[in-house]
Formats: sequence, structure tokens, C-alpha cells
Amino acid sequence: MQVLESRHVSKEVSSPDGTLTIVDDVSFAVERGQSLAIVGPSGSGKSTLLAILAGLETPTRGAVFLNGHELTALDEDGRAALRARRVGFVFQSFHLVPSLTALENVMLPLELAGLADAAATARGALDAVGLGARLGHYPRQLSGGEQQRVALARAFVGRPDLLFADEPTGNLDSATGAKVAELLFGLNRAAGTTLVLVTHERELARRCDRVLELDAGRLVGGNAAP
Amino acid sequence: MRALRFALAAFLRDARGGELGVLAGAIIVAVTALTAVGFFTNRMALGIREQAGTVLAADLRLESGRPLEADGPYVAEARRRGLAATRLVGFASVVVAGGTTQLASVVAAGKGYPLRGSLKLAPAPFAPGVASRGLPAPGEAWVDPRLLARLGVAVGGELALGAERFRVSAVLDYRPDQGTGFQDLAPTILIPAGDVAATRLVQPGSRATWSLLFAGPADAVEGYASWLRAHKSDAERLIDVGESSEQMKSATERAGRFLNLAALVTVLLAAVAVAMGARRYATRHLDTAALLKCMGASQGFVLRVTVLELTGVALAAALLGTLAGFAAQAGLGYLVRGLVRGDLPPPSLAPAALGLGTALVMLVGFALAPLLQLRQVPPARVLRHTLEPPPLRYGLPYLVAVATLALLLIGLVRDPRLIGYAAGGIALAGLALFGAGLGLVRALKRLRGGAGIAWRYGLASVARRGRESAVQIVAFGLGLTVLLLLVLVRNDLLGEWRRTLPPDAPNHFLINIEPADAAPLADLLVAHGVPRPALAPWVRARLTAVNGAPLKTRMPKTDRGRAFAEREQNLSWSATLPADNRVVEGRFWEHPDPRRPEVSVASEFQEELGLKLHDRLTFDVAGDTVEAEVTSVRKVRWDGFRPNFFLLFAPGVLESSTGTLMTSVHLDAAQRPLLTELVRRFPSVTVFDVDALISQVRDLVDRAALAVEYVSAFTLLAGLVVLLAAIQATRDERRYESAVLRTLGASRRTVLLGVAAEFVALGLCAGLLAAGAATAIGWLLATRLFGLGYSLDATVWLAGIAGGVLIVGLSGTLAARDVVTSPPSRTLREG
Repeated sequence: MQVLESRHVSKEVSSPDGTLTIVDDVSFAVERGQSLAIVGPSGSGKSTLLAILAGLETPTRGAVFLNGHELTALDEDGRAALRARRVGFVFQSFHLVPSLTALENVMLPLELAGLADAAATARGALDAVGLGARLGHYPRQLSGGEQQRVALARAFVGRPDLLFADEPTGNLDSATGAKVAELLFGLNRAAGTTLVLVTHERELARRCDRVLELDAGRLVGGNAAP
Repeated sequence: MRALRFALAAFLRDARGGELGVLAGAIIVAVTALTAVGFFTNRMALGIREQAGTVLAADLRLESGRPLEADGPYVAEARRRGLAATRLVGFASVVVAGGTTQLASVVAAGKGYPLRGSLKLAPAPFAPGVASRGLPAPGEAWVDPRLLARLGVAVGGELALGAERFRVSAVLDYRPDQGTGFQDLAPTILIPAGDVAATRLVQPGSRATWSLLFAGPADAVEGYASWLRAHKSDAERLIDVGESSEQMKSATERAGRFLNLAALVTVLLAAVAVAMGARRYATRHLDTAALLKCMGASQGFVLRVTVLELTGVALAAALLGTLAGFAAQAGLGYLVRGLVRGDLPPPSLAPAALGLGTALVMLVGFALAPLLQLRQVPPARVLRHTLEPPPLRYGLPYLVAVATLALLLIGLVRDPRLIGYAAGGIALAGLALFGAGLGLVRALKRLRGGAGIAWRYGLASVARRGRESAVQIVAFGLGLTVLLLLVLVRNDLLGEWRRTLPPDAPNHFLINIEPADAAPLADLLVAHGVPRPALAPWVRARLTAVNGAPLKTRMPKTDRGRAFAEREQNLSWSATLPADNRVVEGRFWEHPDPRRPEVSVASEFQEELGLKLHDRLTFDVAGDTVEAEVTSVRKVRWDGFRPNFFLLFAPGVLESSTGTLMTSVHLDAAQRPLLTELVRRFPSVTVFDVDALISQVRDLVDRAALAVEYVSAFTLLAGLVVLLAAIQATRDERRYESAVLRTLGASRRTVLLGVAAEFVALGLCAGLLAAGAATAIGWLLATRLFGLGYSLDATVWLAGIAGGVLIVGLSGTLAARDVVTSPPSRTLREG
């Protein structure tokens, strides 16, 4: 069953030099439980494509379907509501709220979704990433690797159908990056989550079930069809 | 509910994490300043009100030509409400001593008189008086020195009043209600109320004035005045402090305006601080808002959380600020205790509510625009940090803010004209500063090529921030403008006002001067070193009709208007517009035609009687009917202490009427014995000593000046906080820039110099423009509002430029100095 589908998605922006095409007619679909890597050089449109797939941005043309719902037909609040129930995120720069402790950061999506027992669930999620002893620490008191593990706990805590990861190891040294990647794939397998991963690291991409290669906004390699 | 829980948690977390520091700090200082001003001006206003009350010798006075019972229902109701009450009976009578008779104004005072202020007694005629309590013992009288001089009686001597003889036990130098008009200028003899019957002078039908005097807490007095207005008869005239005397009213109004102006400036500064704090709050929360939306929060949810959190901030800051404000005003009260006469009354609690209301209104009003921006932050910002919300639309939210502020100001200042001028001036200054700021930014782009690295960095910062720099110049400039304006108001305007009350202001009115006495009296004054006085003619008359309709048919509604209409009018004439007079409607005659009599009326008279230009006024002048057309309305400054008239005729109309002359002169202490000779040689002349009144007015001015000084100290503090908030707003950006520069090899000193260069440039421009704006507003205030002259003040320009460079340059550099001390590696790692 398809969790995510991109149909002829294009994104254009106007610039001083005229219209710039960032994503150019991209179509593909992802099956439930599958992991997909989107690779490509800097400026190839990976992050924009990810933003469109997650409903953070709207495409100029084309449509995105999430669990059969046409994401691109919804308004911003509608897309947000869909994300709240189905989607988790991991970012390159972690995006932890600096004024919240590790536990509070992980509780955030649960509270937003209005779930009961947010604290207990979040505690469990932090245990699962090996940070059960650092619940009360603020992001600035954690190392980069630890921060990304908190971000992983936050991403998985709501048991999302779909997880978007944007260069999850990009801000980490290779050893720490490898550990975080191990954890990411481990959690993904355990939860059966569909993973869409944007990276320029071939090694990381290879660990995914499928790889799509993007260059100048167009799909140039990989397997476009599931 | 979820939003509330979220907002509460966010508030606690943000407060813990220091995120709310700038915004809350700005509001706390704003509310502190506002409530301190509120509490303090409230106390000062109560104090001034109490002092002004001394003119009535009470807070409230009811007068009637028919007997008012000392123990009647009015007094009973007053006592029930906790007010003190007493009764006076005043009447004119001839006093006899030896073979000499003199007309005197007899005041028979009940126990407790005066309820406000105090009597002053002197050991000998025209000697300095000393405040005293109590009343003459039965059979004794305290007598005006002029009366003693005319009668040739010394303290200890006897005089006869009707059927009773009184021993003069003291010289009555001053009584608070001795009158500031010219109706009752016969010298006073004060006797105890119990002795009136024995004189047999007050009989049924006697011409006398009965007065009931009331005093007590302001709220009770107000309540009682309303009750009395509803219950008194039309023939009974109620006088409250506000209308107790033309001079005192004029001075009190001015004092109130100065205080209001200071309060107004504080509110404006507070608004600027809140707007800046809110901008910073929004900027700091863009990422979090984007993250929340990324995780599924709706736009409405983000807005609700933000608004609720900021409401929490407003409540907490208002509470802290109000407490601080209360403490600050108590400190102020303590500081001025030795300087003002008597103790200041405790403040009412109204300013606390005002502080809370203001914090909420200003936060909602001035934080709305940046908050709307937070709601619209693109969620994709989590992926691309450069994504910004749509540019701030200043239109509607700030229109709402300005409207709420205007409502707040009207409630606070209750003087729409003052608000209009000040707000208009500041809005114009803001626009001018913004335009000039943009101009400066463009100019700096060209300048920076020739400067050193530090200057290039500093000027580049100004230029690169473009519109933001211009906004900062507006913020700095507005802060400086109001500070300079305060300096202007405190020194120049207040000085200008005080100069209108010079030490040699007239302190004696000489009235009832027979035309034949005019020349010898003037000679006598000149012989004693007094400049030759200008004598104004004076004729008494009654106003009988307006436009042919008898006055009775169009009696004014207010007590004051009725008093204006009913009393005997003092008419004068002049070929030229007297000093202290300004024509506000119509034209003052240049070549009057005696066949078409013209009259010019004072604006108070015109307003109370509802007169219009070209109305025809009919007067009964000693049996003759005189009709004249109103051809101009004058605004009169009564506190100049020169003879001024509500009704001034063109020459050629009244000259044939039987009248007298009057004048006012300044006599210093050494010249005062001249009065004894003067009243002996010219017995018909009544000397009216306004020294006491002048010192009362001057005391008021001093109080007002003192209040404005203290209030401005708070406004200065508020201005400084606005400045720091502006600097705070760009700290994150600066920290990052300096880290990049230092990583590239710039020394700490270079970066610091660059920061200094930027703030000096901003300060120079802001100071220059602020001096210009303050001068313009000051000129407007002086000439249009206060009716004072205005001279260009070079020190304002010097102070503006120096102040701008020093305050902005120094505070900016100091506030931003930890930007260069924080290790660049950490800054870069944290982003």
C-alpha cells in the first residue's frame, strides 16, 4: 500500500534572473514500511522536494498524496493536522527548542496532538534512544549526537506512519553520525515506519531500500517506480 | 484549553530560559514609570487640589443671600458623609473708632474656620503675618491693617460695630478666602459668629451673604457636591475648588497640563518599548513557531498560544511594575516631603488599574503586528532557515494600536488638545526621522569606502540593515525627541511661564481711585520710587439683556455662568488690546465709531453666557442704558496680575459714566509703609494686597515644576530602557556577525570599534533629527497651547547631538560589548 505519492510535482520561484525551476516534474511513490533516500548535490532541490512531500511547502504544479489524502488540496491548517497525526521529522540542525528540556522537547508532538500521558510516553522514547538519564537536560547541555538522539525520540514518539529525515547526520562527525544512523534505522525497523531520507551521503543512502537521485530538480537516477 | 496549557508551559519555560527578558523588562519599566507617574501625579494633584482649596477656605462652599442654617439639613448631610462644616456670615458695615468711620467688610466666622488654609496674624499693621489657629475670643476682633490705619487704631484699641464694642486683639494679615475678585474689597474685620447677634446688624432682610463651608476626603466631597447640586435652590450658589478663583484656576490648569504632558511622554515611550520588545519576541520565536507548525499545530493554535503567553507576560509585568511603581512613588513622596508645604495625601488605587489596563492594551496593540507574523511563519523554515514570514504589514495592526493608545491617552490626560499637539508632533517627528533615517543609510553607503575597517564595518551594518536602521533611528530619535522635549518643557517653557511671573509682578491693586485723585496718587507712588502706574478706567454696571431679550429669559445653566450673569459687571475701555490679552475671535477695534458701540468679551464670559460675535449686550450703567455689539472675544491670562476685564469697551462709549480708576503696582517690603500714607491721603482708594495670592500662585508653580522634574526623571529612565531594548533587538545578529569577523582575524578592538562606529552614526543622526523635532514641537506647545513666547534654544541642538552620540553610542557599545567577548567558536556552533 502506498503511503506517499508524488505526481508530477514541480516548484518554481521567481528570481531577479527570471523564473527558477527548483523541482522539475518529479513523480514517484513509496510503499508502507519502505525506506527511501533522496540524494543529490547541494542545490539539487532535495530539501525543497522534502518540504513539498511533507506539506511544509506547496508545489507550483502537481500533487502529493499522503495515505491516500491529497495533501496539496488541503490548506495550511489541514496539512498541519495531517502531519500531527501521521508524520515525524528529523532535521540536520536538530531543531530542539532551546528553552525546553530533553523530555519537554519529546513531549511536544504528543501535547500538540492532545495525547494523554505525554510525559510517560516521552520518557519511554528517551529510554529507547539511551537518554533516560538526561531527561532534564537542556539542548545546550547535550552534545550534537545526544541532541540528534533526542530529535529521533521526538520523531518516533508519536508513532508516525511516515518519517522525514533531512540530512540527519549532516551536522555530526562520522563516528557519531554512524551511531545516530544506526539508531534511526533500528527505530524505523522496529516501528515499521516509512522513511524518506534526504542526504548527500552515499553510505547512508545505501542503507535505504530505494534511492532516488536528483539533479537540478529532476530525477536522474534510482528507481522512480516502487 | 490545550492552548492555555501550552501557553502557560511556554510562559514558564520562556521565563526560565530568559526569552521574555526584553519584552517583560520593557513592560515592567513602562508600567513602573507609568504607575509611579500615576501614583505620584495622583498625590500631587490631590495636594494641589488641597492647596487650591485654601482659596475657598474649604473644599466646597455654598453661598446665598438668604440665611443658611448652621445646623440645617445641608450641614447634617455633610456631617453624615464625614465632612467638616462651618458657617460664615459676611456683611458690609460702618466701623467707628474715635471720631472716624470706615466702611468694612465684616466676617463672622463659625467654629473651625478656615477649614482649609490658615489665617495669618501680625503684631502690627503691615508687619509680616504668621499663620495662626483659632478665632478671636468673644468681644474681640481681628482687623485688616488698612482698616486700622484709616481708623488710627492700634492693636489693643477698641472699635464699635453696630451695637457692640470689640477689642482689637490682632492684625488680620491674611485669610485664605479674602477674595480674588473685586466685589468685596472693603477691609475685613473678623469676629466670632457668636457676637453677630449682639451687633444687631443682621436683621431680617439685611444685605448679607451666608456661606456654608465644607471640607473632607476628595471622594466624599465629590459625592456631597453632587447631592448638594440636586438639593440646593437656584438662589444658592455652589462653588468648588475648580472655579474658586480665576487666577488659581489658570495656574492649576497649567500645572495640570505640565504633569499630564510628562505622563503622556511616558506612555509614548512605553509604547515604543513594547513594540520593540514584541518585535524581538517574534523574531526569537520564528523557529519555534515553524517547528510547532511542522509538527502539526494550526495557525490559530500558534496565535492563541502566543497571545495567551503574552497576556501572561503582561499580567506578571503589570503586577511587578505596579509594585515597583508604588515603591518608586513612595520614595518620591519621601524625597519631596521637606520641599512641599504639608504632607502629600496618599494616592488612590486608580493608577494600579491603569497600570494593568495599560500593559494589556499596549501589549495587544503594539505586539499584534509581530504576533500576526508569527502565525504566518512558513513551516518550511525548519528546513531552510532563510525563509521569513510575509513582511510585516504596518497598516491595520498599528492603526488599532494607535487607536487604543489614543483612547488610553484621552482617558489618562483628559485633554484632547494636548494629546493632539503632542501626538501630532511625535507622529510628524517619527515620519521625518524615518525619511531622514533612510536618507542617512543611503549616504553612509557612499561614505564607507574612505573609512577604516572598523568604520567600514560599522557603517556597513547601518547600511545593510537599511530599513531596520531607519526604524532604529526612529526609535532612538523618538526617545531622544521626548527627552529633549522634556528639557525644553522643564527649562524653556516652564522658565518662560515663570518669567511671566517675575519677582516684580504687581502685588497691590489700587481701586476706587477718583479721577481727581489719579494724578496726585500717581505722583505719590513715583515719589516713593514706584514706576508711574497705568490707570485703567472702571465702571460698574449690570447686564440686562442679550440681543434685546432680557437676561432672565436666557439664564446660563451652570452656577458659574449664573454668577457671571447676575453679578455687577466691571466695565473698562481701551483703545488698544491690553497686554496678557489675545483676540481669539473677531477683530479688536482699530478705529472705533462711538455711534456704533463695540464691546470685547473674555472667552470665559463668552463661553459661560453662550455669547456669539455680533450679539448685542445691553447694560444698565447707573440708570443709563448702554448697548454694544460683541466684536471680539479675548483669551485673557489672569495670572499676570494686571488689571484685566471680562468686558472691555471701545473708547467713546462709557467715558461720560461715573466711574473710578484702578491700577496694579509692585511694592517691595521697604515700600509697604507707603500704604499707610496712601490710605490716609486718599481715603476712598481701596488697596488690595495680592502678595499673598501671588505667593500662592508661585507656590503652585513651584510644586508643578518639582513634580515635572521628578516625573521627567522617570521618563528619562523609560527612554533609556527603550534605547537598550532597541540594542537588545539586534544582539543575536550582532553576536553572529562579530563571531564571523573575529574568526576571519578581526581583533576584539576592531569589532568593538565597528559596533561603536555604528551606534555613534545612528546616535548622531537620531540626535540631530530629535533636536529639530523637539524644537518644532516645543514651539508648537509654547505658542499654540500655553500661549507663551518661544526663542530658539541652541543648547537643545548641542544636547541633542551630544546626547545622541553619547547615549546611543555609549549605551549601544556597552550593551553590545559582550557580543565581542563571547567566544566566536561557541557562537558559530550555536548558530
